[in-house]
Amino acid sequence: MKNFLFALAASAAAIVGVAAPAAAQDKTKICFVYVGSKTDGGWTQAHELGRTTLQEHFGDKIETPYLENVPEGPDAERAIERMARSGCAVVFTTSFGFMDATLKVAEKFPDVKFEHATGYKTLPNVATYNSRFYEGRFINGQIAGKMSKNGVAGYIASFPIPEVVAGINAFLHGARTVNPEFKLKVIWVNTWFDPGKEADAAKALIDQGVDVLTQHTDTTAPMQVAEERGIKAFGQASDMISAGPTAQLSSIVDTWGAYYIKRTQAILDGTWTSQQTFDGLKDGILTMAPYTNMPDDVKAMAMDTEAKIKSGELKPFSGPINKQDGTPWLKEGETSDDGTILGMNFYIEGVDDKLPQ
Amino acid sequence: MIFEAILLTVITASTPLVIAAIGELVTERAGVLNLGVEGMMIVGAVCAFIATKTTGSPYVGVLAGIVAGAAFSLLFGFLTLTLVANQVATGLALTILGLGVSGMVGESVVGQPGIKMQPIAIPLLSDIPVLGTILFRQDIFFYLSIALVIGVNWFLFNSRTGLKLRAIGDSHGSAHTLGLPVIRTRYLAVMFGGACAGLAGAQLSLVYTPQWVENMSAGRGWIALALVVFAAWRPWRVLAGGYLFGAVTIGQLHAQALGIGLPSQFMSALPYAATIVVLIIISHNRRTTLINTPASLGKPFVPDR
Repeated sequence: MKNFLFALAASAAAIVGVAAPAAAQDKTKICFVYVGSKTDGGWTQAHELGRTTLQEHFGDKIETPYLENVPEGPDAERAIERMARSGCAVVFTTSFGFMDATLKVAEKFPDVKFEHATGYKTLPNVATYNSRFYEGRFINGQIAGKMSKNGVAGYIASFPIPEVVAGINAFLHGARTVNPEFKLKVIWVNTWFDPGKEADAAKALIDQGVDVLTQHTDTTAPMQVAEERGIKAFGQASDMISAGPTAQLSSIVDTWGAYYIKRTQAILDGTWTSQQTFDGLKDGILTMAPYTNMPDDVKAMAMDTEAKIKSGELKPFSGPINKQDGTPWLKEGETSDDGTILGMNFYIEGVDDKLPQ
Repeated sequence: MIFEAILLTVITASTPLVIAAIGELVTERAGVLNLGVEGMMIVGAVCAFIATKTTGSPYVGVLAGIVAGAAFSLLFGFLTLTLVANQVATGLALTILGLGVSGMVGESVVGQPGIKMQPIAIPLLSDIPVLGTILFRQDIFFYLSIALVIGVNWFLFNSRTGLKLRAIGDSHGSAHTLGLPVIRTRYLAVMFGGACAGLAGAQLSLVYTPQWVENMSAGRGWIALALVVFAAWRPWRVLAGGYLFGAVTIGQLHAQALGIGLPSQFMSALPYAATIVVLIIISHNRRTTLINTPASLGKPFVPDR
């Protein structure tokens, strides 16, 4: 009975998600598997925005079915396989935790292409795409360095994966370029999505004296707490200004639409190949929400840094940077290679936390 | 003062757990196991948020949460009490349904800023230093949670109706033979549980994080269920357990912010580990556990047999 109900609920969810007109035979199916709800205000919403941009761009030529709220784990494999079986030309799986499930399904369906967001494993029919979020977080760090009176920022982190660790390091390094004594407190909440817990973490950080808050979790709860307590904060993945009209300084905004259009074009042209994409501010895959609630000189600095990163003049991870234990990582004038950033598993000097291993 | 600030967040984190658990305690004392707390809670959360948004009054929202939770629990009552469906399966289905329905209902208000409920200061008492701010300058949910614990404790152990309810939970056959209205009592107990879960949900979307996002209950209904067992079906222990859980949850966040070098995964698991430890301590004395467990818990009742 229990299994039956689960199956019923699961297939009902699937039908609602994949519902598409049956007559559309000549349309190319571009499919999406989301980890969260398409209206989460953060990560998944950004992908959903990318999907609708894609749909508008190609119009009747394609259809873009999607599945939302697919939990990472065994269910993910089933959901991805369901998509692959339904005649998708390409399946975009948009969460780090879908990595192994995507590869498993890809081996079973060699004719279907797969695109996995933020992972590092590929196959001839599996490409990965990622964004240089750390570029935006470096700018946020610089703003924090100027805006914080206490010289301490708080960071609400999800899981100790390289992308998150790189974000923490980039933020602190950015802050230290304008205030060498800047400190960063980190709380790991071990979830992408729990507004209550994220809000609790935000309150704990503020109670311990941070006056700028940034997050690498997906709900607007921390922004809301910042607004309520009268401190400043940065959004993540989407522009969170509606949750923090006087709190938000800026936000890194994932704008996947450009990438989705590029890759769909390759599918239509038959030129798709497996690759590992690591684009950033200059490619428009990452954009910054308007710089608000800050003095003009800070705003000018942020815009200048953004322009320099876009032109390639400035690389956020450039020396001198020491690792947390004080040993040198990058010497003066040296810049980090992409491999180190994509696999980052150490803190830089100044992080007031021990990295979970 | 940081101690005071910590206590305030502990109260916010514990209140929904206590409210939802006290409701489920009454349901279980009547012999019905409703695993749908998470579902009823999330339905309460979305209805409270929408009602508050539409009317501009959080108190209408509170009422909407209570009514929505109770109404949703009626579905469970009808299936398990009238149609004698399996309680465990129905409860799980109720949770899945609740998560789905709430997502659908709330789609248009996702991410919209909510109206935060303002605390009510109790005259005179709220002027007491420290204690006054912590205990007597709270939102209505905190006062209700304490009132519920006191009220339910009195009802179960000092009132005639409460005695009958416990008798029904312990042996529905004998209670029926004595002429007690088993089904009617159980319906009321299930609805009380639903109303409490709905109230707890309203706290989430009006006080804890004044917004609506899908799945925002994030497993708190399951913790409330565990709390009932943890408390060995005793109201005061529900209160104590709820606060222990809240304190450990908030405490580990502060420990992390202080830079205490313990693995964060371990810290995040702490509240659950604490629950298990206390469960072990309680069940160590098997006799008292058995005495407190309603003997008819989860068993279907068919009057004509």
